[in-house]
Amino acid sequence: MAVETDLKIELGKQGVFVTTVSEIYNWGRRNSVWPMQFGLACCAIEMIATTMARYDLARFGAEVFRPSPRQADLMIISGTITKKMAPQVVRLYNQMAEPRYVIAMGACAISGGPFKQGYNVLKGIDRYIPVDVHIPGCPPRPEALIHAFMTLQARIDAQPLTGAERPRHLDAEAQGFFPIPEQGAHDLEPPVNRLVWPLPAPVTVSKSGENCG
Amino acid sequence: MKTAEEILGIIKSALPDARVELVQNPSPSAQHSLLLSPASAVAVASFLRDDRELALDYCSNATGVDWPGKEVTEKVKVTRLVEGVETVVEETVKRVAPGYLEAVYHLYSMKHAHREIAGPVVLRMRTANRTDQVQLPSLTPVWRSAEFQEREIFDLFGIVFTGHPDLRRILMWDEFEDHPMRRDYVDPDDYEYEPTPHDEVLKRAETSKSAQAGATA
Repeated sequence: MAVETDLKIELGKQGVFVTTVSEIYNWGRRNSVWPMQFGLACCAIEMIATTMARYDLARFGAEVFRPSPRQADLMIISGTITKKMAPQVVRLYNQMAEPRYVIAMGACAISGGPFKQGYNVLKGIDRYIPVDVHIPGCPPRPEALIHAFMTLQARIDAQPLTGAERPRHLDAEAQGFFPIPEQGAHDLEPPVNRLVWPLPAPVTVSKSGENCG
Repeated sequence: MKTAEEILGIIKSALPDARVELVQNPSPSAQHSLLLSPASAVAVASFLRDDRELALDYCSNATGVDWPGKEVTEKVKVTRLVEGVETVVEETVKRVAPGYLEAVYHLYSMKHAHREIAGPVVLRMRTANRTDQVQLPSLTPVWRSAEFQEREIFDLFGIVFTGHPDLRRILMWDEFEDHPMRRDYVDPDDYEYEPTPHDEVLKRAETSKSAQAGATA
């Protein structure tokens, strides 16, 4: 139940600050999202540039890159995830405390990118962990990462604290542990976590070569 | 810098028992190489390193090549009785040339500081086949720099280097069983979601679609 904006302004003039619990709760959450300090490939260079003076991610309350998953709120998947690295990425995600968010940065993190047909590359981290924001690009510019960050802030801001849409950390039933894939004889096992990444409709290919699926 | 032919001559005179052949490169680069037999490879390699004149003390690169077995058509001249007269007839004969795995080493001389060297001295070794006899002698005891690269060849091509100090997979995980750089390697089919399929992925999508249509019909 939001407070009317006009009433808020009027009360503010009288020195009374009115808000709702969800508003101030989400305001606090969205303005101190601490990313985890790790990079996987060349996208990490752009991520570093984003934190530096020219682009200055600190303006959004995210200047503190924590070197431990236990102190971080946001995981920026910055680069190619090899199948050898994927279990470690999922393990790091499991070690983060709720509330936690994931930005998949760049073509490799969202789909495997130019290495998609390689035998050693995971075709998108969203096969194993839930991703909040995907950014395309190879690599995405710092502005794109800032845009992803602002998108994430808007998402946090819009989250209700009760009901079916409430965040995972307020839902006692919610799944908190994501299975770590095993490194099998030919591929990761399982190749995908179906709870996170439901099977999309099969690709339909028409004779004209157009994709109508 | 000595050419591959000259180095072959030096090896032949110094080590008469060693079996070394020259592999010609017909391209304009003419980068000929020396094919070592696995039995005498370590002796030849040690000689190339220790010889004062050659002093090939630096192995800059080691890699693998997969040569799968292929069908070869050859024209053979055969004498045949044609209408009672012996004539020479050309016949096309098909045979399967057996495949093998190959390890390639590039050598330079640090002692001579590359002054006279136009390119690397290239060594090759070939396995007996691609399935069960894939052992080659390791040249890591001769050139230490080959250690990780031989591990990579073992990982990706499946050549087993005997005498290697620490032969484990280096890039793929230990539980992995395939050798991805072999020509007959089939990667796991995890292309089930592809918004814009093309080329190889499009072919796979079409086969899976026809398989599904067959299952529902």
